[in-house]
Amino acid sequence: MARIQWLAIGILWLLAHPAFASLNILACEPEWGALAKELGGDKASVYVATTALQDPHRIEARPSLIARARGADLVVCSGADLEVGWLPLLQTQSGNPKIQTGQPGYFEAANYVVKLEVPRLVDRSQGDVHPGGNPHVHLSPYNIEKVAIALAERMAQIDSREAGYYQARTSAFLERWRQAIAKWEKDGASLKGMPIVVHHKDLSYLNNWLGLREVGELEPKPGLPPTASHLSDLLSRLGRDPAKAVVRSAYNDPQAAEWLSARAGIPAVTLPFTVGGTDRAKDLFSLYDDTLARLLAVNK
Amino acid sequence: MFKGKLIAAAVALAFAGAAPAQDGDLAKMREEMKQLKEDYEQRMRALEKRLNEAEAKAGKAEQSAAKAEATSAGASGRSGENAFNPAISLILQGTYANESQNPNNYQITGFVPSNGEVAPPNRGFSLSETELSIAGNIDPYFRGTAVVALTSDNEAEVEEAYFQTLALPRGLILKGGRFFSDIGYLNPIHQHAWDFQDAPLAYKAFLGGQLKQDGVQLRWVAPTPFFLELGTEFSSGDPFPGSDRNANGIGSSAVFGHLGGDIGPSYAWRAGLSYLRNSPDNRTYDDVDATGGETTNSFSGKTKMWIADAVLKWAPQGNASRTNFKLQGEYFRFKQDGNLTYDDSAGSNVFGSVTGPFNTDQTGWYGQGVWQFMPRWRVGYRYDKLSYGTVNNGIVNDGLGPTSADFPVLANYSPTRNTVMFDWSPSEFSRIRLQYAVDKSQQGLTDNQFFVQYIYSLGAHGAHRF
Repeated sequence: MARIQWLAIGILWLLAHPAFASLNILACEPEWGALAKELGGDKASVYVATTALQDPHRIEARPSLIARARGADLVVCSGADLEVGWLPLLQTQSGNPKIQTGQPGYFEAANYVVKLEVPRLVDRSQGDVHPGGNPHVHLSPYNIEKVAIALAERMAQIDSREAGYYQARTSAFLERWRQAIAKWEKDGASLKGMPIVVHHKDLSYLNNWLGLREVGELEPKPGLPPTASHLSDLLSRLGRDPAKAVVRSAYNDPQAAEWLSARAGIPAVTLPFTVGGTDRAKDLFSLYDDTLARLLAVNK
Repeated sequence: MFKGKLIAAAVALAFAGAAPAQDGDLAKMREEMKQLKEDYEQRMRALEKRLNEAEAKAGKAEQSAAKAEATSAGASGRSGENAFNPAISLILQGTYANESQNPNNYQITGFVPSNGEVAPPNRGFSLSETELSIAGNIDPYFRGTAVVALTSDNEAEVEEAYFQTLALPRGLILKGGRFFSDIGYLNPIHQHAWDFQDAPLAYKAFLGGQLKQDGVQLRWVAPTPFFLELGTEFSSGDPFPGSDRNANGIGSSAVFGHLGGDIGPSYAWRAGLSYLRNSPDNRTYDDVDATGGETTNSFSGKTKMWIADAVLKWAPQGNASRTNFKLQGEYFRFKQDGNLTYDDSAGSNVFGSVTGPFNTDQTGWYGQGVWQFMPRWRVGYRYDKLSYGTVNNGIVNDGLGPTSADFPVLANYSPTRNTVMFDWSPSEFSRIRLQYAVDKSQQGLTDNQFFVQYIYSLGAHGAHRF
């Protein structure tokens, strides 16, 4: 009897506890998880589907993700077909009407920014191209700003009781963010024109923002693993048009970057790419801090 | 810019016009106006600066946009009727096979033939099923999917054609039409996404290769932080282990439950239990009697099947691009209870038509592991075993005439198979596979099968199930 009473009290507590009444957000990638936390504070409970060490193109619709999608009020993803291999399954298998495409609970960050590298030729002979443009939009701070404004609106729309709270947090975030941009642009000014080789075309927005010059990719075509013949071509090209560093993201296989680094005699740099990619990249601010620090360290 | 100056001028004029003629007031007014003017000028300078900055930024953005061929958000080249085209994809598959036994005589000894497409591919070059799939959202409430298989003998076969709800609340999903049943692990997965060229023996013996049915399915995903899913299916029950009954109502029902989750970032798993019930009516198969004359056997009664399945996937830190491993296994138990009618009237006509009680209790399982040891390359091994268990054939046991020699397919035998495969995937959309199997499906015969298989995927990027 006493046991049943405790159980009843426990269930009531669970039902009444505010932590369970908050806005449930499923973020496809760590950067959007971090942004949702910045804007949502303790009114949002955020689950991040992937880590910085995972390739966001190649995630499986794991049972745990379907379970998380089932309970989500809002799914925040990059969009532009980045998650095309797994997100549609989370939508169709989770039985959650809120997160279907076109519903307020489905948010694609790439819809709110100007996308780079929209392919002129949409054909698989070009590798795993994204017809809508490059989906890795989060490494331009101006994109983060635009997405933050849109996401805050969306959160307020879904959880209208806390609209004021989200708006206030967003204004505070944007103010800090704009100050940080000014600092990053000052610190990063010397990176303008720095030639680099990237692993995958996932740093294009960063390069476009800071003016880094991408002189080659380790992947022969987007999404295809590096091959020996492509790497040796690249190496001979670097002889004519040298780069200052081989830059890869934390989730990329290090082998190809190390191979090229050793032969071309230029440093290999690992960027966090997203929150959690390095020990220092703990949130969006430190993600940019660390990214700049790592690039500045090799640009001497 | 000009507008700002005009307004300032107008304001100044207005103030000047309204100014009273008293000197002190005038001086005060002048002072105020001067301040106002300075204030406006300051603001205008600020505005101008911001405008210049914005223009510069826009120019920069324009340049980079032109350089990188950017377009505005959400812009799409599709328009008009075309814009609503569903996702279309096409799978091209083919095989080169070298087999030591004739695939046309393929049988699984000890088990009632399913009459499904279970035989190995034709010897030499052959085309496997070409799959055309079309899928898209119908409206905010439904999604539709159709998969048509074009077979090598120039027939079109509807593999799947179903609707699925998108808007039911509380984790409910209703599906209707023709679809692969969600029982087991491999059953709902399309053949091109399997890790081997062919189905496990248990699928061949107990489900005719793969169970697809016409019916409805209701599924519920529990609101738990781990994955729990329960479902039930009702269908006409035409395919094996059922039969075409020409009857109202439900010929087959199934229930299934799946449980799954992650163990740290590197492991993900799913386990399931399924139960399938059928009521076949005159489900027939052909055999030969002791003298080689043709016979027809027909079963009517009830069948029950239990399947336990589990899959465990590993990838370092959950990043499967470089290396990953997948371990998978399923266990089947299949019981039949009813009557069997033996008929040799079309052949040697010794006994004519004889009916006796018939019940079976048989099991089967397979286990397999597939390892991607470097990008693009995978190896895999699979072991298959079927256990004869008990087969009580009343016709033979009760001495109604035909003896066990008149039921060669049902001879006491437990098949096994060992399979290795090696595949190379230049990209996500292409795969070339070598597979070698020692198949002991038939009593007294060993079939050494060597396959070279290609699988190409065109069009929309289909998401694959876990």
